[in-house]
Amino acid sequence: MNDLSVHFDGVGKRYPHFSLENIHLELPTGSIMGFIGANGAGKSTTIRILMGLVHQDEGSVRVLGHSMPAEQAAAKLDIGFVSEDMRLYGQATLAWHMDFLRPIYPRWDQSYAEELARRFDLKLQQKIKGLSHGQRVKAALLLALARSPRLLVLDEPTTGLDPVARVEVLDELMAVLADEDRTILFSSHNTLDVEQISDQITFIDRGRIIDSDDKEAFLDRWRRLRLVLPPDGVVPRLPGVVEVGGSSRLPVLTTNRYEPVMVSVCNDLGATVQAVDSMTLEEIFVANVHSRRERLTA
Amino acid sequence: MHSDIVISQSDGRPMYLQIMEQVKQRVAVGEWAAGDQIPSIRQLAIALRVSVITIKRAYLELEREGVILTQQGRGSIIAPNPGLSPQLYHEELSERLEEVARLGDLLGLSSEEIGRRTKEAANRLIEARPTKEIV
Repeated sequence: MNDLSVHFDGVGKRYPHFSLENIHLELPTGSIMGFIGANGAGKSTTIRILMGLVHQDEGSVRVLGHSMPAEQAAAKLDIGFVSEDMRLYGQATLAWHMDFLRPIYPRWDQSYAEELARRFDLKLQQKIKGLSHGQRVKAALLLALARSPRLLVLDEPTTGLDPVARVEVLDELMAVLADEDRTILFSSHNTLDVEQISDQITFIDRGRIIDSDDKEAFLDRWRRLRLVLPPDGVVPRLPGVVEVGGSSRLPVLTTNRYEPVMVSVCNDLGATVQAVDSMTLEEIFVANVHSRRERLTA
Repeated sequence: MHSDIVISQSDGRPMYLQIMEQVKQRVAVGEWAAGDQIPSIRQLAIALRVSVITIKRAYLELEREGVILTQQGRGSIIAPNPGLSPQLYHEELSERLEEVARLGDLLGLSSEEIGRRTKEAANRLIEARPTKEIV
């Protein structure tokens, strides 16, 4: 038994106007991965390959020990998938959907489904077409969670939700993790959600993974250094600097390989370190994408 | 044990530091006593809606500082002698005072001026302190 729930190795997929290239992903069992990218970055394509809905041109994909897409039928019994464009039957009620899914999934948990309906404030007898966007997302999540999947894959689960519904959804995602054998992958462009609940973070841009690490390491190694240079001073050369901003006397350096010793190194080189700012995940993501795109066009 | 730790999204500090600070405060004021079982990493992660790895980090650092003890498979307890005598707070105060001195120097303030501003800040805090209500 390996302890990776998801393992992508050198995965590629080419379309006329977009391609995914050389995707490597490792998601350890029992953790949450936040998958961050701008619109059109390749998040959904990657997730569809994971689900076996799109077949990769090259590379191997293993999900819960199954090789995809060949063994997708077996894998899907253990995967709960919720995406924005997932359609529930408008004319049917939530209770109808529950009755429909129950015989298909051996681990369907009816009492948990009813409990979730209460917590999400959903009425079992209401038709899907009468639900708001937020209620539909919660209904789809309920149907996925009640199957007790070992892997939960969520494409933009919190997009378009009001703050109360967002917290309800995040609460339930965390509750799933009480069971150490269950794993979650969710994509989002809301970095705040990802920053809060993810153990692993992966950035994707223009069809390529540009960074992937555990969250604490991410937040630890990115820093902004505000320097004060003497007249005619030069900006010290530090490792991992992806961006130099600010003015000539007051430069601001963004590094992705911060070490506390950098402060004394700067001082030795005649530059005073005025402040070392930690960065939010959003700032890290934007800096990462910018520096990467600049390097590509340079 | 119920945790009523509160994480602030607008606090600029990393979440693991906020968690460490609140655990330490709890010990310092005596709510969590030596030998008390504290929530497991997963329990606290779920309660706070914060990733497991963040809590793990906070617990690791707390263990390194001698505040808690983690036993494999038996969860974490407050260390018999968590060493949260005022000493730790004094260390932190010294650190922050140095930061104040550095900023003051950057602004070209004299040490008398820095001292005066610090005293003013202390006075403001005392004035702003609400008179204790009886519950």
